[in-house]
Amino acid sequence: MTAADTMTPDIPLAGTRIPQSDVLVSVRGLKKYFPVTEGALIPRTVAQVKAVDGVSFDIRRGETLGLVGESGCGKTTTGRCILQLERPTEGEILFDGFSLSNLDRKSLSSLRRRIQVIFQDPYSSLNPRMRVGEIIGEPIRVHNIEPDRRAQERRVHELLDVCGLPKKFAGRYPHEMSGGQRQRVGIARALSLRPEFIVCDEAISALDVSIQAQIINLLEDLRDEFKLTYLFIAHDLSIVRHLCHRVAVMYLGKVVELSDCDELYGNPLHPYTRALLEAVPVADPAVEERRQHRTLKGEVPSPMNPPAGCVFHPRCTLAVEGCSKALPNLREMKPGHWVACTEV
Amino acid sequence: MSRQWPSGIAGREDHKGRNVAKLLEVENLQTHFVTPAGLVKAVDGISYEVGEGETVAVVGESGCGKSVGALSILRLIPSPPGRIVGGSVRFAGRDLLTLGEEEIRRVRGREIGMIFQEPMTSLNPVLTIGLQLTETLRQHLPVSQEAAEQRAVELLGMVGISDPRRRLRQYPHHLSGGMRQRVMIALALSCHPKLIIADEPTTALDVTIQAQILELMKDLTRRLGVALILITHNLGVVARYADRVNVMYAGRIVESGTARHIYHNPSHPYTLALLRSIPRIDQPRKTKLNPIEGQPPDLMQLGVGCAFCPRCGFAATRCREAAPILEPVAGGHLSACWEKVRLAEIRRGAS
Repeated sequence: MTAADTMTPDIPLAGTRIPQSDVLVSVRGLKKYFPVTEGALIPRTVAQVKAVDGVSFDIRRGETLGLVGESGCGKTTTGRCILQLERPTEGEILFDGFSLSNLDRKSLSSLRRRIQVIFQDPYSSLNPRMRVGEIIGEPIRVHNIEPDRRAQERRVHELLDVCGLPKKFAGRYPHEMSGGQRQRVGIARALSLRPEFIVCDEAISALDVSIQAQIINLLEDLRDEFKLTYLFIAHDLSIVRHLCHRVAVMYLGKVVELSDCDELYGNPLHPYTRALLEAVPVADPAVEERRQHRTLKGEVPSPMNPPAGCVFHPRCTLAVEGCSKALPNLREMKPGHWVACTEV
Repeated sequence: MSRQWPSGIAGREDHKGRNVAKLLEVENLQTHFVTPAGLVKAVDGISYEVGEGETVAVVGESGCGKSVGALSILRLIPSPPGRIVGGSVRFAGRDLLTLGEEEIRRVRGREIGMIFQEPMTSLNPVLTIGLQLTETLRQHLPVSQEAAEQRAVELLGMVGISDPRRRLRQYPHHLSGGMRQRVMIALALSCHPKLIIADEPTTALDVTIQAQILELMKDLTRRLGVALILITHNLGVVARYADRVNVMYAGRIVESGTARHIYHNPSHPYTLALLRSIPRIDQPRKTKLNPIEGQPPDLMQLGVGCAFCPRCGFAATRCREAAPILEPVAGGHLSACWEKVRLAEIRRGAS
């Protein structure tokens, strides 16, 4: 199936009924295949890892879209394609109406200012040889926003303050700070160019429990203050529920369910979404005693050789014969609630 | 500083009020690390018990001493820089801290099994799964090579690995993270231990695989009557699987009790704040989370008072002057907080 097929009118795209003026980011039939090569001198491609295999969704202005799924489902690759850190194999990414893949370097660079990222690991995403002030100020210098050094410094101090760090931290090195403080530096750096859209790639996962809530609240405050749009990539389903307006669930390179947050958690339809939600333990022994603990059997198949038909069918309790033959398209079950399953 | 074992806990009952025999008694355990920057009291006088067949969780954040405390039981602390400087660990009638090297080696893997967070680093990458299993079996038990192989096949089947005979010839890198953790469980169970120490066994795994592994561990430990010390930072995992819970902060146990005590009557401000800071999937969405402000303490710069005091909403003058001791709040429920009575009153008023 090509991107053009995905966009034929009889296969509606999830979220296409959103007025185009409200859409900030639009992902259309995105595919990213990584070649698997053999041979040291003359490498030849022997297989393809289908990391992302036909993903489409829209992100509205001011919205936080959650992208959840387990390792290897393609959620991070999707984020990296939007950031133009990976070149998509197929499909299109529109930012504010501009197709990112067709732009020349100069126009891409100016769009890039509006798109930023916060990474998972605040230990490896900050240069250990740079002071915090230099880390936060670097994007401002690269894009030549504040030519005056004094103004640059003022901006760095402002950003530290916005992210809840004292001014004196500008002179420190990353290793002198705790994980939570480093993540605040990562956030300050992302904000330094006054972006509209931020990809948060597991931005909370590496932090301690008592620090997670601090950073979640910070991300929420910043969203309100600067009218930010987030793509929130995460595997922690309770944090996604707290922070996101809409959620897309991915499995093996495909979006299997997409819906408003409360609808998805209150009324999950796809068997995989249900299994994911059942697997999340709740911090209350009385609740846990009452809950049924059915576990999903088996493991995620290799994305090099995904199952035919519905990629989830080998582990699915609802699977019927047809599931191994035809790939289910996303269907709108209720307004705004899309599911890629024929049996619900 | 020495701390007394709290009275009133000597007659042991499990979380359902049944009498259980004591299997492990950790008393006033202290493990310190000497670093160029100074002395770190990673574990500073912890005491707890594990009954036979019981699952005891140790929860806390990174650096609170939960892993060091558990590794100290088997004396697996690299020395230098680490050193167990005091306390005792009574297991099956003897103090593990006074055993000779040869004797403690016979306890490790035989009487007490271990499961670590990242199975790729605890399995030998250049040896087959089969060799690692049979080696452990033959090291500890008087069995022939054939019998050891037979047992290895049984063990892999027991932990839910399909086609065990073929798997025995495979190397760790052939297996997925979940499968490797199953092999670790098979290894830990191989010599019929009475106790398994699991240090963040599912932290590196995806949520559906985590559920599989934890269900497997619960099922096997219950069926085989093996006690489990489960070290984790995940409060949901603790609620689902633990009978009793020890909450650690800055090298000490700050609260201890049954899972229901800890979750329904938290009696230490840290436990209360932790439970209030996490979003819960079964409750209506809140507008804002209630984080614990500030940072976890630097263990090299602890004052004389309570280590949680700078982040605590209940702190009083006394909290800055002396460290509170772990004392009973109710039967078998202990808290190390000077203000625990006031905390209980406020909590009762709120609910």
